[in-house]
Amino acid sequence: MPSYAEVEVGTELPAQSFALTRADLIRYAGASGDFNVIHWNERVAKSVGLPDVIAHGMLTMATAGRVVTDWTGDPGSVTEYGVRFSRPVVVPDDDRGATVDVQGVVEDKLDGNRVTVVLTATVDGNKVLMAARAVVRLP
Amino acid sequence: MPLNRDHLGRSTTSSEPFEVTRGDIRRFATALGDLNPAYHDRAAAQALGHRDLVAPPTFLVTLGFSTAAGLITDPELGLDYSLVVHGEQRFELHRPVYAGDQLDTESRLDAMRDAGRNELLSIVTEVTAGGERVATTTNTLVSRGTAAARPTTPEKA
Repeated sequence: MPSYAEVEVGTELPAQSFALTRADLIRYAGASGDFNVIHWNERVAKSVGLPDVIAHGMLTMATAGRVVTDWTGDPGSVTEYGVRFSRPVVVPDDDRGATVDVQGVVEDKLDGNRVTVVLTATVDGNKVLMAARAVVRLP
Repeated sequence: MPLNRDHLGRSTTSSEPFEVTRGDIRRFATALGDLNPAYHDRAAAQALGHRDLVAPPTFLVTLGFSTAAGLITDPELGLDYSLVVHGEQRFELHRPVYAGDQLDTESRLDAMRDAGRNELLSIVTEVTAGGERVATTTNTLVSRGTAAARPTTPEKA
């Protein structure tokens, strides 16, 4: 795990790309209990004006947070995590799905060995989360 | 139809504790495709100083809908769920959530306001375990197109 002393404002976390397929959405629906039809039924999604089935915002949020927990190694290090959902992640019915590209950078060093990480999550270059920030406690 | 603002400040508490099992944590982490050993292997979690499996930071969403349901499904509030999208989500974890936790919740309709033609409503949930503070979550929903029409500004003489 990175230590508080060695981390600086501007330190970049290892960037990652995550594929989200229809199968991932079904799995997330089951595990989270969110069975909203727009996350698995193309006909209903289109009838309410969406281009296609979209991912659960909470799945996108959790996926982006992986960049933070993979960096620290200890998911218990996260003390705060918040996002605004700025754009739906459209998941086509194919084997590739949508790819969420996530970058993280240390924005601030706080007291108590904590740092703020700001995350950027994009699909095809478009931001899908805004104001995505996590606070983590480092050794 | 605008939401009924008389509901601002209303709250609801869980009727019985929500028990977090190792199976719940493993299933949620697996659905995220996240193989972090702290979610799956008790010995690995303990090696990091934890007493049992650690839940992913967003895990508490699994109790969100059931706990806040009484607030947002009350027909008197007037929320049409087909018009709702998730606007913001925030977790403050006072300590990690662990397998074995028995969680109590108190959810409050904390804010309601217009944002253009939409209305925003925020539900703040305090999560405790045997009286110990565990987390504070804030869930902001967008009710699309339901803001009351504003009278047009009269022209200045």
